[in-house]
Amino acid sequence: MALLQISRLSKEYLGGTKALTDVNFSVAEGEFVSIIGPSGAGKSTLLRCINRMVDASEGEISFDNINVSNINKKNLRLLRRRIGMIFQHYNLVNRLSVIENVLHGRLGYKSSIKGVMGVYTEEEKQRAFEILNKLGLKEQAYKRCDQLSGGQKQRVGIARALIQDPKLVLCDEPIASLDPNASKIIMDHLKNINKEMGITCIFNLHQVDVAMKYSDRIIGINNGQIKYDGPPEALSRDMIYSIYGTEAGELITD
Amino acid sequence: MVKNEGLDIFAVRRRQFFIAGLIIAAITIVSTAITQYDPVKGITSVPKALWWMFRNFYPNANAFTRLPNILSKLHETFFLAVASTTTAAVLAFFFGLMGSKTTKVNDAMCKISRLVASVFRNIPDAVWAMIFLFSFGQNVLTGFFALFFVTFGVLARAFIETIDEASHASVEALQATGASYFQIVFQAVIPSSIPQVISWILYMIETNIRGATLIGILTGTGIGHLFLLYYRSLNYNTASLVVIAIIITVFVIEFISNYVRRLIL
Ligand SMILES: Nc1ncnc2c1ncn2[C@@H]1O[C@H](COP(=O)(O)OP(=O)(O)O)[C@@H](O)[C@H]1O
Ligand SMILES: [Mg+2]
Repeated sequence: MALLQISRLSKEYLGGTKALTDVNFSVAEGEFVSIIGPSGAGKSTLLRCINRMVDASEGEISFDNINVSNINKKNLRLLRRRIGMIFQHYNLVNRLSVIENVLHGRLGYKSSIKGVMGVYTEEEKQRAFEILNKLGLKEQAYKRCDQLSGGQKQRVGIARALIQDPKLVLCDEPIASLDPNASKIIMDHLKNINKEMGITCIFNLHQVDVAMKYSDRIIGINNGQIKYDGPPEALSRDMIYSIYGTEAGELITD
Repeated sequence: MVKNEGLDIFAVRRRQFFIAGLIIAAITIVSTAITQYDPVKGITSVPKALWWMFRNFYPNANAFTRLPNILSKLHETFFLAVASTTTAAVLAFFFGLMGSKTTKVNDAMCKISRLVASVFRNIPDAVWAMIFLFSFGQNVLTGFFALFFVTFGVLARAFIETIDEASHASVEALQATGASYFQIVFQAVIPSSIPQVISWILYMIETNIRGATLIGILTGTGIGHLFLLYYRSLNYNTASLVVIAIIITVFVIEFISNYVRRLIL
């Protein structure tokens, strides 16, 4: 049984934008999947339907044998804490320290009052430091996040996701705001997480070359529909053109 | 073709500018006619007014004997401004949470909060004071509630925007981790928006010290009322000391709040 199963998924936003039309695919445990496509294709919407940050209009999503579409508020919390999410703009609380931001990943496991007051166990703090150490951020633990570089902020974002003990990590354009150097560090860390810890990763990526290099599998979408679903080796130039339309020229520069 | 459109835009701008100028001129002429305000006479009377002030409007030794009384009324007005601002801020923060797109609990509450804030903001404090004069009479409570409601309206609107701006991204991230509503408010919304929130509260305290002074004339309380008493009894020297005391207070408060702002922002 697949970890994630998406069938006949469609999303129409208020106002009539059809962001997704009849999307079907499944992801097995341990896979490293990239979703590529031009901006506005529906990549972010697709990712957000999985953890219900966006409510699908039609279709079904099951994650770890739970039907995501119709669960109550309490179970939604339980679902979300097992799915990490990483954002293009990192989405940290910039005025708090690195360690506090990392520990935010534990909030889903806490009673409301303990979370409100920011009370964490010794074990949780220990684990937070271990993760920071692994990501090369040990020295930064007590710095405020607004003092970090983009690449460091994204690593804090990864740490916040990891401390959730997730089965799945969703990454929405994780390297779109980073320079090539920092991008490589982030992608290597994510690949590591996938290989060492066996955490399934789904990526939205703009850059085809990065997707080709790192992923086991690529899903190409255009205008809310899946155009390609297969290994990177089988992704032809023609296919890239049909996924990206007129944007393709800028992307394939070799 | 493209060039033509560009030129058109400049022509349209010039016309808009010209029309706006005409409208402003017309409004000015009509309103001076209605109020029988003569701008020429208004301007020529300025030197005369200055000369009168120079001769009468300065504190003398006698005025300084009233200083303890003045300071005590100044305290009263100052604390009225602070108390009404801080209590209004608490209520406004709650409405800010409800009215913000990021932290709203549902659409209905969001619309209602924004509407309530807008109503309270748009009725000036002097009008609130007149309304409360009926219920509380000439009383310090009247001033308190008048300032409280306007401040609430202004701050609720400001907080709605602050929360949306400062915490949208981190709220999204914390929602995705499975954090509960109150966890998100205390761990993301408050830490992200606290500098702007404090800055707005300081600004409203400054505004309300001025407001409290004027409202005091209406409600017969505080430093505003004291000024009126001295002024009516033709004790211009003491009245001038009251004015100087107010001006110094306003500047000191402004100085302190600018300092605090520099620290937190
Ligand atoms: N909250 C929203 N309300 C209305 N339309 C939206 C919203 N979010 C995205 N869209 C629209 O849905 C389409 C897909 O957007 P998105 O999923 O963000 O694409 P991508 O991430 O591939 O750039 C776009 O046309 C976008 O304008
Ligand atoms: Mg996107």
